[in-house]
Formats: sequence, structure tokens, C-alpha cells
Amino acid sequence: MTIDWEHFTPWASLAGGLLLGVAAAIFILVNGRILGVSGIVGGLLPPAKGDWAWRLTFVAGVLAAPLLYQLVATPAAVRIDAEPVMIVVAGLLVGIGTRYGSGCTSGHGICGLSRLSPRSMVATVTFMAAGFVTVFVVRHLLA
Amino acid sequence: MTQARISEFVVGLLFGIGLIVSGMTDPGKVLGFLDLAGLWDPSLAFVMGGAVMIGLVAFTVAKKRSATLLGGVLQLPKSTVIDKRLVIGSLLFGAGWGLAGFCPGPALVSLAMGQSKALLFVAAMLAGMKIFTALERRNAKA
Repeated sequence: MTIDWEHFTPWASLAGGLLLGVAAAIFILVNGRILGVSGIVGGLLPPAKGDWAWRLTFVAGVLAAPLLYQLVATPAAVRIDAEPVMIVVAGLLVGIGTRYGSGCTSGHGICGLSRLSPRSMVATVTFMAAGFVTVFVVRHLLA
Repeated sequence: MTQARISEFVVGLLFGIGLIVSGMTDPGKVLGFLDLAGLWDPSLAFVMGGAVMIGLVAFTVAKKRSATLLGGVLQLPKSTVIDKRLVIGSLLFGAGWGLAGFCPGPALVSLAMGQSKALLFVAAMLAGMKIFTALERRNAKA
């Protein structure tokens, strides 16, 4: 195993992670809800009576985040290498998969692991493993 | 009600900023973490570690409480089943995550940053969620 020291950002990633934890903490303790992005967004398709406003306010906050961030700092450059066709296939898989499996990196990953939920641990190990295998196939077997 | 709305918005803001600061909004960084056989970027383990450190404390407190700090209902998930749906869904999600390097939260933030590929990804993701809803409805009728 070779570490990518050029891109490795332990402190920024830890700091960002702590912020994600604080967000999840406020959401459960103040709003009584699990911070799971796929579930929150999925519940808006279609919106159900009496169960959409909180979802929309949360999503509005997420969308406003980069605008606020850009006022004080310049976001680091990003690398989006996947071709458009691959992006569409990936989006469809993520959309169907997160709804079918009831969660993504935030709901099962952050909140589920924090709750020590065996169900979320199985989900997290499964999607991480699928991610590792997919990248291995795409980068090392097909390339 | 207003307090809850403000809190939801602030939570969304903090979460989005956390994703930017952590590097999760860079698909190249995510794929660098998932690429164990190539040049490996361990940063995402630090993201998860930081988030879970705070989360463990928060959910330990939450499990002992009967209401939220605003006096509302504390909705902790009740499901504990580990079934085919959970595993197959997670496999599909992980495959999609590995193909593009986007998961739902970071994709929304990148979309708001004006990344055209993030717009394409989110459109496809929402379509995928709609397809799921349609399939569930059809199965419920059958």
C-alpha cells in the first residue's frame, strides 16, 4: 500500500468530520431526526403532506453552504474525472441503491455507526466494500 | 416551529460546510480513498472518525432522552432487520459511489458550487429515487 501524501489532508478532514458530527448531533438532539441525506431528499419525491417543510429547510441549508463558504475562503479545486455517461449511471445507482438500502454515507455511515446500529454497520461495510471493488475494477482491471 | 426551521437550516449549513472542509466534495479525493491498490489517500477515514467521535456522544445522550431539546419527538430508527434489501441496496449505492466519487450530500453541495457534472449526477440520482418509488408502488399493487 502506497500513501498519497500529496493529497492526504488529515487535519482538514478531521475538522470537517467534526463539523459533520456536530450537524448530526444538533439534528438528533434539537430536531429529533437522523441526518441521512438520501432519506431526507427521497422523502421529497413526492413530498408528503405535513412531512416536507423540514426536509426542504435542511436541503436549503446544504445548498447555501458553499455560497457562505465562498464568502470567507476559496474551496479547493476538485477532480471530477468520470465521463458524463458514467456520471449518469453512477447517479442512477446511488439513487436507487440508497433508497432500497434505506441510507447512504450520512444516515448509515455517520449516524448509524454513532448509534452502534448493527444494521447500519452491515450497510456501511457493504457499500464501502462495493466502492473499493468498483474502483479496483475501473482503475486496475479495465484501465 | 420557527426554532425547528432555523435549526434545520443551520444543520444543513454546518453539514455542507463540513463536507467542503473535509474534502468530501472532491470526487478525486473520495476515489483516492477507495483506491486501495493505487496511491491511497486515507483522509476519509479521518472524516468518518471525526464525525463518529461527536456522533457517539450525541446518540448516547439521545438514547437516554424521551424528547428533543425543543420538547418534540425524538425519532430514532426502530428497524434492526438485516435483509436482502439492505445489502443489495448498499451494494448498488457503493458501486455508484465508486464509479463517480459522489454520494448524495457532497453531490448537492457540488451542484450549488456550479459543477455541471454534479448537476448531471443529482438529476440522475433523483431519477433513480423516483424509479425506486415507482417500483415500490408497482410491487405494492401486485
